[in-house]
Amino acid sequence: MKVLIPSPLLSYTLQLEVEANGATLNELLADLERQYPGLRFRIIDEQGTMRPHMRFFVNGEQVFDTRHTLRPTDAVQLVQALSGG
Amino acid sequence: MAQTRKKSAARKKPAPRAKRASPARPTGKAMVLVATRKGAWLFHSDKKRKTWRADGPHFLGHIVNHMVLDPRDGRTLLAAAKTGHLGPTVFRSTNLGRTWKEAAKPPAFAKSTNGDKGRAVDHTFWLAPTHANEPNVWYAGTSPQGLFRSGDGGISWEPFSMINEDPQYRTWMGSVQDGTPDGPKLHSIIVDPRDPAHLYFSMSGGGTHETLDRGRTWVPLVQGMEVVEGFDAANIAFHDPHCVRLCPSDPDRLYQQNHCGIYRLDRPSKTWTRIGKAMPKSVGDIGFPMVVHPRDANTVWVFPMDGTTVWPRTSPGGKPAAYVTRNGGKRWQRLDTGLPKDQAWWTVKRQAMTADTQDPVGLYFGTTSGELWMSRDEGQRWTCLARHLPEIYAVEAAAV
Repeated sequence: MKVLIPSPLLSYTLQLEVEANGATLNELLADLERQYPGLRFRIIDEQGTMRPHMRFFVNGEQVFDTRHTLRPTDAVQLVQALSGG
Repeated sequence: MAQTRKKSAARKKPAPRAKRASPARPTGKAMVLVATRKGAWLFHSDKKRKTWRADGPHFLGHIVNHMVLDPRDGRTLLAAAKTGHLGPTVFRSTNLGRTWKEAAKPPAFAKSTNGDKGRAVDHTFWLAPTHANEPNVWYAGTSPQGLFRSGDGGISWEPFSMINEDPQYRTWMGSVQDGTPDGPKLHSIIVDPRDPAHLYFSMSGGGTHETLDRGRTWVPLVQGMEVVEGFDAANIAFHDPHCVRLCPSDPDRLYQQNHCGIYRLDRPSKTWTRIGKAMPKSVGDIGFPMVVHPRDANTVWVFPMDGTTVWPRTSPGGKPAAYVTRNGGKRWQRLDTGLPKDQAWWTVKRQAMTADTQDPVGLYFGTTSGELWMSRDEGQRWTCLARHLPEIYAVEAAAV
């Protein structure tokens, strides 16, 4: 499925849209890590929690649980939260 | 992530072992490593330390808490970085910053197995290469407070010793509410140059600690230290060391800039002596950095700040100055020639002042307002090397 990458992670993927697979968001993140080593830890901490200023959307709806199930036709967006100044 | 992006994207696990390179031959030139809130810079000098060239920014936009050159090979750099949004990592260069690669496994706490939330590293704060006989071994201190070790030159990191999960140490570490405004920090990791099994570390919330058995057991080292008035000094959690340094010329002597004054410890004694009482009362003995002379254990420098009332963390009265003692803390001398005379409301953070090893010793400090200052004569006269940098978090000097 298509995954949109925020600009702070472009140094890993070199492109704003990549292909990755997984039956859950966790599996998708594992596939991204396999393709782009180091990426996952920048957005998910060692306890498996989404980092405070990263947001995850599936088909335009925000999801809060990395166990969220995915279909091959889903579109996933990783978003840097508009926090700070 | 790496600065050489194609290489980064192609990097595969498992990470390669760090090669043990032969040491680079020193050229007699100095390099100053500056870590800031928005990136890192390397400043290269000629042999006289008179002309300087800025190399940077590296990692523009990253919060870089510390950047250190490995003195064992003279060419490997580690930088502890994160951004406002992305999690923490460590970058590594083996060619003095021409290219960087990200650590394959940055410092991270063990995953919680007992049902609680567990801790997550917010940022790596302190990087320390270890003994000359232990090539590729580094230690790191983090916020929340944790201690980590790398045995492969900074490529992969593991929790070190038992303190990260020890119930007693966790009590002393406290929570984020017990620490400095951007989180409590484990810092001042010191390896005895005579014995790599003898280590010290300090916690901004939780005192100074010592091991004689390479981290299997630790004991607090806080006797003689004062704590904030009204609190019990017997409670380790109330101790707030800001910076601890060991004298290279006398590894049995340590100096400490603490939340509650300036102290000296001469081993085997376990009792710190407050030497900051001899500072001028109008200035006080509160500050963050502590700098030791490379060859004279009686000479140290501090940079006082205003620790009164709400803790403004500025130069006292807006008049910045370093202070030096040449006799182990009996007397202190103000060193402000060349610095602003007034209305300068910056200060210097705990990792942002250092010395080189030349003769006379060069001193360097970076300010919260983004200025880099140096002295070629041990603090007698100060010169501004750079202005308008981001807030400076750490300054290290190295011979290259």
